[in-house]
Amino acid sequence: MPKRDDIKKVLVIGSGPIIIGQAAEFDYSGTQACRALREEGIEVVLINSNPATIMTDRETADRVYIEPLILEYVKKVIIKEKPDGILPSLGGQTGLNMAMKLSEDGILDDMNIELLGTSLSSIKKAEDRDLFKKTMIEIGENIATSRIVTSIEEGTAFTKECPFPIIIRPAYTLGGSGGGIAKNMEEYRYILGTGLTLSPIKQVLVEQSVAGWKEIEYEVMRDNNDNCIIVCNMENVDPVGIHTGDSIVVAPSQTLTDIEYQMLRSASIKIIRELDIKGGCNIQFALNPDSFEYVVIEVNPRVSRSSALASKATGYPIARVAAKIAIGLNLDEIKNSVTGNTFACFEPSLDYIVTKVPRWPFDKFNTANRSIGTQMKATGEVMAIGRTFEESLLKAIDSLDIKLNYQLGLQLFDSKSTDELLDYISSPKDETFFAIFKLLQKGITPEKIHAITRIDMFFLVKLKNIVDVANEVQNAGIAFLDYRLYLKAKRIGFGDSYLANLVNVPLKDILLLREKFPIKPVYKLVDTCAGEFEAVTPYYYSTYEEKDDVIQSDSRKVLVIGSGPIRIGQGIEFDYCSVHSVEALRQLGYESIIINNNPETVSTDFDISDKLYFDPLTNESVLDVIEKEQPIGVIVQFGGQTSINMAGPLQSHGINILGTSVESIDATENREFFLTLLNKLQIPIPEGKTAFSYEQAKTIAEEIGYPVLVRPSYVLGGHAMEIIYNHKTLEEYMKMATDISDEHPILIDRYIRGKEIEVDGICDGKEVMIPGIMEHIEKAGVHSGDSIAVYPPHTLNKKTQDTIVRYTEMLAKELKVIGLFNIQFVMDKDEKIYVIEVNPRASRTIPVMSKITGIPMVNVATKLIMGATLNELGYKSGLYQTGEFTAVKAPVFSFAKLGTLDTFLGPEMKSTGEVMGVAKTYKEALYKAFVASGLTMPVNGNVLISIADQDKEDSLETINILCDKGYNIFATPGTYAFLQTRDISCIQVGKNNVIESLKNGEIDFVINTPTQGKNEKTFGFSLRRTSIEYNIPCITSTDTAKAALSVVSYFILDDQPNIYSLDEYSKEVN
Amino acid sequence: MDLILMLEDGTIFEGSSFGSANEVIGEIVFNTGMTGYQEILTDPSYYGQVVTMTYPLIGNYGINKFDYESSKPHVKGLIVREYCKYPSNFRCDKKISEYLEKYEIPGLYGIDTRKLTKILREKGTMRGIITQKEKFDFQANMDQLLTYEIKNAVESVTAREKTVYGDGKKHIALLDYGVKRNIIRELNKRGYQVTVFPADADLSDICQCHPDGIMLSNGPGDPKECKVQIENIRQFMGVYPIFAICLGHQLMALANNGDTEKLKYGHRGCNHPVKDIEKDRTFITSQNHGYTIVSDSIDLTEMEITHININDNTVEGVKFKHLPIFTVQFHPEACPGPQDTGYLFDQFGQMMDDFKKGAYDAKK
Repeated sequence: MPKRDDIKKVLVIGSGPIIIGQAAEFDYSGTQACRALREEGIEVVLINSNPATIMTDRETADRVYIEPLILEYVKKVIIKEKPDGILPSLGGQTGLNMAMKLSEDGILDDMNIELLGTSLSSIKKAEDRDLFKKTMIEIGENIATSRIVTSIEEGTAFTKECPFPIIIRPAYTLGGSGGGIAKNMEEYRYILGTGLTLSPIKQVLVEQSVAGWKEIEYEVMRDNNDNCIIVCNMENVDPVGIHTGDSIVVAPSQTLTDIEYQMLRSASIKIIRELDIKGGCNIQFALNPDSFEYVVIEVNPRVSRSSALASKATGYPIARVAAKIAIGLNLDEIKNSVTGNTFACFEPSLDYIVTKVPRWPFDKFNTANRSIGTQMKATGEVMAIGRTFEESLLKAIDSLDIKLNYQLGLQLFDSKSTDELLDYISSPKDETFFAIFKLLQKGITPEKIHAITRIDMFFLVKLKNIVDVANEVQNAGIAFLDYRLYLKAKRIGFGDSYLANLVNVPLKDILLLREKFPIKPVYKLVDTCAGEFEAVTPYYYSTYEEKDDVIQSDSRKVLVIGSGPIRIGQGIEFDYCSVHSVEALRQLGYESIIINNNPETVSTDFDISDKLYFDPLTNESVLDVIEKEQPIGVIVQFGGQTSINMAGPLQSHGINILGTSVESIDATENREFFLTLLNKLQIPIPEGKTAFSYEQAKTIAEEIGYPVLVRPSYVLGGHAMEIIYNHKTLEEYMKMATDISDEHPILIDRYIRGKEIEVDGICDGKEVMIPGIMEHIEKAGVHSGDSIAVYPPHTLNKKTQDTIVRYTEMLAKELKVIGLFNIQFVMDKDEKIYVIEVNPRASRTIPVMSKITGIPMVNVATKLIMGATLNELGYKSGLYQTGEFTAVKAPVFSFAKLGTLDTFLGPEMKSTGEVMGVAKTYKEALYKAFVASGLTMPVNGNVLISIADQDKEDSLETINILCDKGYNIFATPGTYAFLQTRDISCIQVGKNNVIESLKNGEIDFVINTPTQGKNEKTFGFSLRRTSIEYNIPCITSTDTAKAALSVVSYFILDDQPNIYSLDEYSKEVN
Repeated sequence: MDLILMLEDGTIFEGSSFGSANEVIGEIVFNTGMTGYQEILTDPSYYGQVVTMTYPLIGNYGINKFDYESSKPHVKGLIVREYCKYPSNFRCDKKISEYLEKYEIPGLYGIDTRKLTKILREKGTMRGIITQKEKFDFQANMDQLLTYEIKNAVESVTAREKTVYGDGKKHIALLDYGVKRNIIRELNKRGYQVTVFPADADLSDICQCHPDGIMLSNGPGDPKECKVQIENIRQFMGVYPIFAICLGHQLMALANNGDTEKLKYGHRGCNHPVKDIEKDRTFITSQNHGYTIVSDSIDLTEMEITHININDNTVEGVKFKHLPIFTVQFHPEACPGPQDTGYLFDQFGQMMDDFKKGAYDAKK
């Protein structure tokens, strides 16, 4: 059937901010779908609250609304745009839930708008546990014994017919939020309680646990003519019991015979037909490892994280094809864009193995509960491609960027005995695989590890093979590391620096060997067809074999280094920047090459760059690609800290770093250089010194005066940074900090409790353009990534702004910045401005600033990097004029997913994503940002206040507002006593009673500022965690509270603020 | 042991041996299936061929007692990137290396199989020799391999005598040109008794068992070699309903003045999209053939093309307008591969019923 001609305008619903369980994969699929629709001449309207996406670019859709993904706002867009159809299945669970709300609301019927792709009844059949169960039984597919329950009592009754362990899965929650496996009644009742609270329809599925079975996934596509294909199947290396988002996953399946493969394939097709899905879906099975018995775990009737992975693993663009199916095309009418001359109606054949490894946030959140289970905790993932399982796994571990000294992580467990390790692996954790490596190294058999973990012997034997080769290399030593052994080690996937470690020589000795032999990687093509047909897509991976597939051109090439997996502090915004840089290079006529390893992102879509290398972001991999391609230079400033950290090492290998010089980068990162620079320019910086011991730290802190800001000398995203108020906590910090890094001293700075201000600038080495200044709602001390930021500044006077502009220009010129840079300032009570840090690279706020000002900042910066001047591009220097719109960026957190993580805001970043609110007034923009971030402020009711001593004075203003607005104020004893002295009437609640009151629903929201972070035993910690678990808004900064209260009346406004499309405020400035 | 693979264009690969290290010469072909090596090893259609698997990890689930497509392996050799020394599957009976060793079939591993595949794709299927590195002699081995031809393929793999499988309401006479067991299983599963006949059985042999229909099986080699079979097929037509697969399909065309030709590098894998023109649906099929019917040679007055391959538009299925005969190039019996076209066996059943009811009498 050809494309439908009754559908001319389509609304695509995005997935909103990045949270655990819903990450960059929906930017990838959404962007691809929008492009696919526009290719067919469809007018595309998009709504998404997440500004840090390619999807919300002016170029992606005809009209883009960066507005809250809330029913009222989506309806406003529908009324304004009058689309013919809505495509919700590309916006993750958020998109599907919105489709259901829209349908219930009646607006779709009223306006005669069709839900495109999979129908509502299909979505319901797949998502509603009860209906799903019924449907599966009807078609003779097995599911685990289960029951839908809506109360603790019903749940308890189920235990009489189903033995423990029992899995608890709340309906309609993301990434299995609130679910878990209970081994006994106590755990069961607890998880059930949380699940019932978190499920928007208060419905939970309790089911027989098939933990330990093989977890197999199929990505299925079906068109309007009932043609069905499997894009790929995947096998979870971790057996059932661990969320697939937290599992190591390989594609294709490894341990299934053809009979098993086809049995599940046929079941998949039967299921997609019965559910009548048009587009793509993901089906998960549990397969008994000892028989043909299997059960269907679940079906996702939409594109998903797994479908993004399957697309990257096979080269088959699932979202693109799903979008075309939604407007009437069929699989045998859609071209396979990889080969260019076959059709989308086929099943990809792989001639490599793909391994996905989750990226967990526990390097940052070292106090969070590190066990993994049915609730996803990873913030991102990496993928690696190899010709052996070992190679793909080790490349994936290399891609994690977790700074292990050893690729196998053996050092992590050096101090542990075999018994301790066996105990460690008895329940799954983020570092289980490293513990298994250690056990294998200690001679424990794969059989024994299998008995404990139920990981298939196939994989365990491969892990043993890795350890054996490591031993072989170690035993050989450098003297006996001959051609054959070296090649064997490279084919297993070992990096040269790991080999150097093994034979205990400097890296350069290994590099000499490698040159002598010589051995270097070849690059193979990902072509969807295992080489059967010629392919036109330049999508490559490295391996150690004979034949290289790369077709070299004579064009001038530039390599852009990507940002790797999504993690706290380095999110999707850097992928946004990488993509824009590549596009600018293409505009300039360069051959653009990207290297990255994140399967979720737009940058690793094969048609974004002229060439994509899907490889680890290690010095070795990047240097190999450079040797292969011989680019004229490398751009490192758009891939976050991952890529900027490579500037030095690459330059030392004689590679040309384009843009800001390595010397200037060093000047901003090296403390001594930085101080000298600021002194020379006479720009103030908070007083600070370097300490190597506690005694020294104490002396420095006394000199400077508490509070002080302490951090290791080398930090990323505020990692291990704390505000310290006294000797006691300083001592504790120093003890902990030495664990974090032995060789690096601690920096101690005066903590200035003032307004934080941020600037993103663009410089061509001489002239400096400042698109705008942003000010933060929260005082310095809250990480800028966790602060609410406002553009244009609404409280800064002209003098302050002038000073900021002057400092910015001085710094950029002195550093001869070429490209983007970001400066953070703090202003003290006397309006004195200090520089806190300078980042000679793209920052987190680039997408927001680009969108609100209309200046395509990365595009401009890339052109400057390639030699243009601001003047030539038509841009003026200095601060740009502001328009009539205000933009507010607000952070979004994933606290519900991370048990035992303290939720207070501090110098360490904790948010996973962000939203933007745009309006003509500050208050409306602020309000939109709050609602988009998911905050619902009660306009009256009971507020619990518990304020730390150092914040008490500051909090008065906020508390007075609460009183004025008529909230009932409850206070913990210390806060109560303080408020009594200020004649503020409130009710005292004993600390023992507070938690009960929260659980009983007697408190509507909480304002709590922390005394001591990280200590799980404090009262504040349990107050904050309980609030999260019971879904009660809990604000941990009085500044945030004040801001929220200033717009609280909007929450009950009948007529919500106006919506604006990107074009209305983002008119390009020149 | 170090082995050499040399192709007739002189390309040399060096790898190691698993299974046996015997010297063999064969036609080198590649298969893109990611599972199903046990079925491939034992599929008689690979007679005379050395198969290279494009998927790099082979042997992961070992060899079991059930998934054989015939009583022994028929490939001349197996080439893989890596074979699994420690297979894992609940039905696993032995390692792939043990199986090959038992039947003295050489396995070559550790070569760049993607490079080999691309050479075959670009230059077409070639002959090749696998030999021990220490015995390798370029000129002598080249002379040897250039004389190689696959001959008497069907004769070499067909059943020696008639055998009855199963029991049931219908009776099928199956001409064994190198039949895959799953064709018999699929027929048995539907309640049909199957009598397997040697490939050269003629109408009189078949009449003796009073079948309801005839199944012409898959098989190896150049269809034009099968002169006796082609002649016999002419006798079967119109007498019994006929369903033919793969070689059977090609022979049916040759029996009706059609022509066949050798494909550059064949279709071998589990992911080939085939359009059923009547149903207007595309199915993913399992394929294994080096020859194909020349599309223009089909006598469109007598026959019509029912299936085409949407990758290269080759003929994948034919039926007779007035006779109870239909044939397909692909493998509806799967094993290995997708089971999506199993409906054709039901269609065969329907055709036999219709034939019995006299539905074809009027058409004659």
